Amino acid sequence: MADGATRERVPAVEGWFSIGDAPALIGNRCTSCGTVFFPKASNFCRNPDCNGEVFADAELSRTGTVWSYTDAQYQPPPPYIPRGDPYQPFAIAAVELEAEQMVVLGQVADGFGIADLHVGSRVELVVETLYSDDERDYLVYRWKPLS
Amino acid sequence: MSDVVIAGVGMHPWGKWGRNFVEYGVAAARAALADAGIAWRDVQLVSGADTMRNGYPGYVSGATFAQALGWTGARVASSYAACASGATALEVARAEILAGRCEVALVVGADTTPKGFLAPNAGDRPDDPDWLRFRLLGATNPTYFALYARRRMALYGATETDFAMVRAKNGRHGLENPNARYRKAFSVDEVLASAMVADPLRLLEICATSDGGAAVVLTSAEWAAKRGTEKPVAVRAISTVTPAFPQTVIEMPNFSTDSGVAVPDAVTPFKSAIAAAAYEEAGIGPEDLSLAEVYDLSSALELDWYEDIGLCKAGEAEQLLHDGDTAIGGRIPVNPSGGLACFGEAVPAQALAQVCEVAWQLRGQAGARQVEGAAVGITANQGLFGHGSAVLLSV
Ligand SMILES: [Zn+2]
Repeated sequence: MADGATRERVPAVEGWFSIGDAPALIGNRCTSCGTVFFPKASNFCRNPDCNGEVFADAELSRTGTVWSYTDAQYQPPPPYIPRGDPYQPFAIAAVELEAEQMVVLGQVADGFGIADLHVGSRVELVVETLYSDDERDYLVYRWKPLS
Repeated sequence: MSDVVIAGVGMHPWGKWGRNFVEYGVAAARAALADAGIAWRDVQLVSGADTMRNGYPGYVSGATFAQALGWTGARVASSYAACASGATALEVARAEILAGRCEVALVVGADTTPKGFLAPNAGDRPDDPDWLRFRLLGATNPTYFALYARRRMALYGATETDFAMVRAKNGRHGLENPNARYRKAFSVDEVLASAMVADPLRLLEICATSDGGAAVVLTSAEWAAKRGTEKPVAVRAISTVTPAFPQTVIEMPNFSTDSGVAVPDAVTPFKSAIAAAAYEEAGIGPEDLSLAEVYDLSSALELDWYEDIGLCKAGEAEQLLHDGDTAIGGRIPVNPSGGLACFGEAVPAQALAQVCEVAWQLRGQAGARQVEGAAVGITANQGLFGHGSAVLLSV
């Protein structure tokens, strides 16, 4: 951890979100019916009235409204990789995206807990370290409460 | 007459016995056959509910139980539908009887479960949402239960005390159930003093994982009448419906709901549709019920079920609870068995255990937890990957 500047930062999962000043979830949209998918759909559209097979990548709204929230006061089992010892509880929020008319689950940003959330409050997408090994930080999207 | 009846039910007590699941299944099967007064050799179809955590024998449970009981040439079927597996296996057996392909079927589900949270099967599977939700989110099953509980608090003003009251009620019910794993009464204060697991849900309010087995013997009504089966319980409906797109409530193990941009929301949400399909098939309504067994994966979830199976309108479940309506002795007792709170979940056996309890209640054989005059009962559950079931029984 000492030479943090040289550490490689890689997504913990490929192609689910962008990294940068204004990170966003990357889903996709059926080019036939417009239904949005996150994680991305491929090969078939899940709208029962649509036979679409072509999807265009789509950045999802970067802000949303908390639908509900909770926390994990006990360490989840593998394949969850805890960031440190002792275990630090974290919060999880289900966030409603207005334009996409969908709810997306994510961890809540470092430094924030359930006391910072209520149903209906606004959050913004950020990208933070989920876990690390000797060479890399593995990144994940998170929801950060907006004041 | 093409009706199907329950001729016998049986269970192996729930616990953390650590033995092979086949043992529990065979014990439950033998108990159900004895209850029905039917010899194993008279069974024409074995319909198994699969377990995913016990290797190949678990994936072919029908054959596994048939071999364990001794091959007789009976036909077999094996079903997996997560928490609804038992009901799906029941539906397979019923369909075979209704189709006239057999008259006597044995339905069996049993499981041996690991300690602690239900975790995904081992191995890296980055394409499997059930693996990814643990890796990327650390989202356990209680995470989802807690999201529903918090949502209920925000929408309807439910409180942690309400949730604890559900747990206390089910603890009282389970005290009288010899097949329950946890036979201990807890006061509301004791529930509220247990450790917080996933806010607002506490340790005592989240169902554990258990070992157990349950079995049901189904026959055609005609066969039962011919044999003089005592107190046959009529299977009035079995619902195994799936959600309608777009499913706008977040479900285990998903990262997101469906998007509603292209298709309007379903008129009937999934959990309500599960029971509605059973009511429609049977021509019976919630007002006709004497009791219900619902899937209380968490204390709070039981309140959602009151509304989903039509016992009251949305937002009125807490009132029903406070009025004592859903306790034994009340207007419509819910989970007289003690529910998952007292059993813990043995996935492939659980939907069948619900059916066993309703059958005992309708036959007036539930002992100290008997619901007086029980005539009609429903079971309801929901599991991973769009599965759910409801079974309507009557005498
Ligand atoms: Zn489409």
